[in-house]
Amino acid sequence: MAGTAPCAPPELNLSEQRTQSIRQNDLPDALPDFRNLGVISRIVIFGNALAVFVALVRSQRLSEFVYRLVEIAGALEPPLLVVLALLYAVSPWLARLSYGASLAALFAIVLGVTAATFPLQTLFGPDNASSQLFATLAYAAAGTAVLAWYFHLRQRAFSPALAEARLQALQARIRPHFLFNSLNAVLSLIRADPKRAETAIEDLAELFRTIMADSRRLTVLADEVSLCRQYLRLEQLRLGERLRVEWSLDPAAEPALVPPMLLQPLVENAIYHGIEPGMDAGLVRISAERDGDRLRLQLSNPYHPEHQHRQGNRMALANIRERLQLHFDVEARLDTRIAGERYEIDIMIPYRLRA
Amino acid sequence: MTPARIVIVDDEQPARSRMREVLADCAAELPHAVAGEAANGIEGLELVAATQPDLALVDIHMPGMSGIEFARHLQVLEHPPAVIFVTAHDQYAVQAFEVAAVDYLLKPVRAARLLAALKKARAGARPVREVLERIDPSPRRYFSVAERGRVSLVAVADVVFLKAELKYVTVRTREREYLIEDSLSQIEKEFGDTFVRIHRNCLVARALIRGVERGSENDADAGWSVILEGCGERLPVSRRQWAALKELLKA
Repeated sequence: MAGTAPCAPPELNLSEQRTQSIRQNDLPDALPDFRNLGVISRIVIFGNALAVFVALVRSQRLSEFVYRLVEIAGALEPPLLVVLALLYAVSPWLARLSYGASLAALFAIVLGVTAATFPLQTLFGPDNASSQLFATLAYAAAGTAVLAWYFHLRQRAFSPALAEARLQALQARIRPHFLFNSLNAVLSLIRADPKRAETAIEDLAELFRTIMADSRRLTVLADEVSLCRQYLRLEQLRLGERLRVEWSLDPAAEPALVPPMLLQPLVENAIYHGIEPGMDAGLVRISAERDGDRLRLQLSNPYHPEHQHRQGNRMALANIRERLQLHFDVEARLDTRIAGERYEIDIMIPYRLRA
Repeated sequence: MTPARIVIVDDEQPARSRMREVLADCAAELPHAVAGEAANGIEGLELVAATQPDLALVDIHMPGMSGIEFARHLQVLEHPPAVIFVTAHDQYAVQAFEVAAVDYLLKPVRAARLLAALKKARAGARPVREVLERIDPSPRRYFSVAERGRVSLVAVADVVFLKAELKYVTVRTREREYLIEDSLSQIEKEFGDTFVRIHRNCLVARALIRGVERGSENDADAGWSVILEGCGERLPVSRRQWAALKELLKA
């Protein structure tokens, strides 16, 4: 039997291939998104920590430390804020450059701003020579280099996590329970209603195409909604009148960017925990609206406390939380609550459009 | 051999029609008649009472009453039908079936596989309570009583107290009482969150305890008894259970 293909279970094979394909096109190096609140706060915190450190090194006594800190902070904050504002403005442009070019641009901005705001310092300090300018520029360059290195490492640390998250997502997103029940429902149609069976298999194919697509790039909400509608058609096939769905979609929300497969696992959860355990018909409510610079997604389903032992809920939620964090850092929020006889999920993410 | 009479119990209509189709494909090899379909366990028990089938094809995941609980209630009957479990995907149950050598079918079901299971079930034994309990250890929602060849259900939530008497256990609801064959210690184990033991022969619904009172003020020897909502009877607490019950009352 030597030379035949290994007879591993098909699931195992699939996940192995997937890991490889992820490794092959790993995320390219890039500067962080300077419009992200998490990135901005990390820069501010790092800058100020650096000021404290330098003040500590330069002073012998506590009273001197406070004086030094104020002095250094005075020198640091104006250029830091200007740099942050500039980076915020040019962030989309930086994202289009190669990593090397964007690094060069970053250093140019930092050093340029530091040099340009240097005369401000001479207004307050009497003993400023040109040697001080070079020292300041050196600090700025060193600080920027350390920060760039930090973001580089952070991205390195997170991109396998992104791949890993995607892998996990793949396993958790479509429950085998759904797949086999749907296949069974489609089989039941083939003899009696071949036309409907055809549509159902088409829906199933498209659903799986999306699941297997690259999930690292954002997609528009309208696409995610149409995916959910396909999924719901399949569920309707087997659950019939027991499943009722109510959509409420703000037209302004439809072009907003969301992580792919954000809604579908939640809708699947809603059916698994909210509709299937119920003897009577149950309602799943899904809404999306623009709320200023945020996109708000809400989803609710009947709550069956006696069915909480049905596993899988936390997996899907943890999975989505992690993906939201990878995409939006601290700017995304996911809350769940039990309100009377309904289970509610509330998601807020930044409202963004395709550039 | 007379043709087997079969009932199908599944909450999904397409799954039931699919099962009918696959059964039809087996008809040449194994003559049978489909006696009826039910969409959940409760309807299923009524269907069994009405049609007296030889065999039930039962989905495991159903709202209201799982397929496993359905099979447990069937066992109070004198001549219960054989049961073949069907599931789309349930790793835990499938493992348990394998261990207990209970036959089961995976959806989508193939005709050849169904035929094999039908033949085996016609000859084979019924899964016993211990096995079903192991497969689904979560508490049942109903107690079952055989009444004139059919299964009557008593919702666990309606029970005020249970009392062991000779061979049987009496189940008391607000309205009436029933005799069941389960033992009190089995019930205590299965429904520990719902009932608490107050005496060697008595379990009461935790949620209905309203307090305790002394049998008689003058008699120092008289024990305590429990006051239950919706029940005029005072149930004596044994010395052994008193300490545990006192803790419960404090909480």
